[in-house]
Amino acid sequence: MALSASTDTTPSTTTAAAQQMEKLLARPPRSLWSDARHRLLQNKAAVVSMFIIVLVALLAIAAPWIAPYNPLELHSGKGFLPPVWVERSPTGKAGGADFLLGTDNLGRDVLSRALYGARVSMVVGFVPTAIILLIGITVGMVAGYGGGRTDNLLMRLTDIIYAFPDLLFFIIVMTALRNTLLGKTLNGLLLLFAALAIVNWVGVARLVRGQVLALKEREFVTASRMTGASSLRTMFRHILPNSLSPIIVSAAFQIPGAIITEAVLGYLGLGLRPATDPDEIFITSWGAMLLEGQSAINNQPWLLIVPALCVATVVLAFNFLGDGLRDALDPHLKQ
Amino acid sequence: MTGYLIRRFFWMFPVLFFVILITFLLMHAAPGGPWDRDLSAKQIDARTQELLNQRFGLDKPLFINLDGGNPFDSQFLRYVGGLMRGDLGPSYRQRGLTVQQILFQPPKGKSFWQSRFGYSARLGIFSLFWAVALGIPLGVTAALRRNTLVDYVALFISTVGVSVPGFVLAIFLIILLATKLHLINIVQQNWSSPGAWITPAVVLGFGAFAFITRLTRSSMLEVIRQDYIRTARAKGLGEAVVIRIHMLRNALIPVFTIIGPALAGLVVGSFIIENMFGFPGSGRAYVQAVSNRDYSMIMGTTLLYALLVVFGNLLVDISYVFLDPRIKVK
Repeated sequence: MALSASTDTTPSTTTAAAQQMEKLLARPPRSLWSDARHRLLQNKAAVVSMFIIVLVALLAIAAPWIAPYNPLELHSGKGFLPPVWVERSPTGKAGGADFLLGTDNLGRDVLSRALYGARVSMVVGFVPTAIILLIGITVGMVAGYGGGRTDNLLMRLTDIIYAFPDLLFFIIVMTALRNTLLGKTLNGLLLLFAALAIVNWVGVARLVRGQVLALKEREFVTASRMTGASSLRTMFRHILPNSLSPIIVSAAFQIPGAIITEAVLGYLGLGLRPATDPDEIFITSWGAMLLEGQSAINNQPWLLIVPALCVATVVLAFNFLGDGLRDALDPHLKQ
Repeated sequence: MTGYLIRRFFWMFPVLFFVILITFLLMHAAPGGPWDRDLSAKQIDARTQELLNQRFGLDKPLFINLDGGNPFDSQFLRYVGGLMRGDLGPSYRQRGLTVQQILFQPPKGKSFWQSRFGYSARLGIFSLFWAVALGIPLGVTAALRRNTLVDYVALFISTVGVSVPGFVLAIFLIILLATKLHLINIVQQNWSSPGAWITPAVVLGFGAFAFITRLTRSSMLEVIRQDYIRTARAKGLGEAVVIRIHMLRNALIPVFTIIGPALAGLVVGSFIIENMFGFPGSGRAYVQAVSNRDYSMIMGTTLLYALLVVFGNLLVDISYVFLDPRIKVK
């Protein structure tokens, strides 16, 4: 851009504004990405959200070492204990330092269960999103760049998948295939990943297609083709990097959506299959905790409050991060 | 435009066909069948199962009948045919009842609104009604009085309500209202008194309320900056007229379009909220069917809801064209 042209302002017209302008122009040039990173780090909500997400991810990874008990361990005679700060629960029990967030009806430690639940939510947030991006970007690029029949087919497919209410689809997939081999792998998580990916890749594909259609008429793409670059090279070296911003933003919003879906399905008893082996990686989920806590809503509301707070915090954090990313990557959108 | 409307209308059919096909395939992939009973209960013997299969056409091939005779005499086509006649087939779990009876049949001598679906429809209508009736005025006021207390309240409600999933909010609201403030009884049995409906409707509509407030606010802020608003003021129109005629008419168009998605949100919310409140609606029947693995009931209700959402979206798309003459349709 015309950085050098405006630096030679005549001294006679130098005002405070012009001085500021000069200062701005004198700073070393920054790339688009470092500009975006700078804007993102200015956004307090986004920074706090990133901190929360990293913290939850670390807690989830470290769950077996930091959880006070195994989430399946039963403490007989110590069921329905309230959290440590509650002196008298509706059932007349007091909280104790042994169980910081109390225990459930079977005497299982709620804190340990919540920590293990974070693992499921994190995995459900990130793994399907990675699959969705992989499929969505590939199909979107091919459809947008190639056009024609592929493009038409994709658009019709998106129309149908958009029309099918998401959660209804997840519910019937999870009910119908729950007892098959696929539904039993990883305690049912694999099936959930597959269902989430099948529904959500079309959104990304449509987005990428739109980007490709807009970019492929631009001069730099024509230039790339004229210099003899192959289609593949043009797509991945020139078009993809220029359409990354909206893709990143949409990925950031996919994650909380997936976490909510897992929680709703868990609440309906269709999420993670109950684990029996205490050494398993994925033992319980926040959705499953909501389901278990529901029957005790009057006597032990904490059994519901803890997983609900966990879901709300993580989802809010991802949403704020998504907002922050959108504002940082596309400052024109910000009002 | 007529062409667009006709195409938009007919496009609904392949969509619905695929919805039916996917549901049908998935339900047939599910293990077990309609005549399985719980392990503890007395099982139906093989001969009776065979007769029942014959009676309900479950001995037919899945898609195309190649055994000679009528090629259309298959399970799928029979099911589609049944759907056309409003017949959703027998429930796998509730003996002697068909799915449409469970969903639509009111108790003897009562009106349609007393059926399970009728209950849910009423709850959904109330929820959507209050969400629109409060959300739009709040959003408009917030935009007109920007950076005042009203605006901050509206922003807070909309941010929380949009980001935090509806059922999590519902859990907090219920705990607050029932176990802390003792304002409501969760296991509310008497649904004939209107007071009992307030809490579930408030909880169910909250997400839509937040969304409508947010959208109205941002859409109003967009409109306020337009040149035609300055023109309207410059030619000496009263502020009330400017707001009513020039701002609202333009600002509310995008708000209207989210009623389709809001409907889908209400359907999903109803599963959880009806379950929590013990509400005798079709959402709760659906959740029960899921936990009982009542496959025909799951399939029938899924199709009913999908139909509702598809049809709702169609209505919104069509009315959008009439509401906003600037929209050009190919």
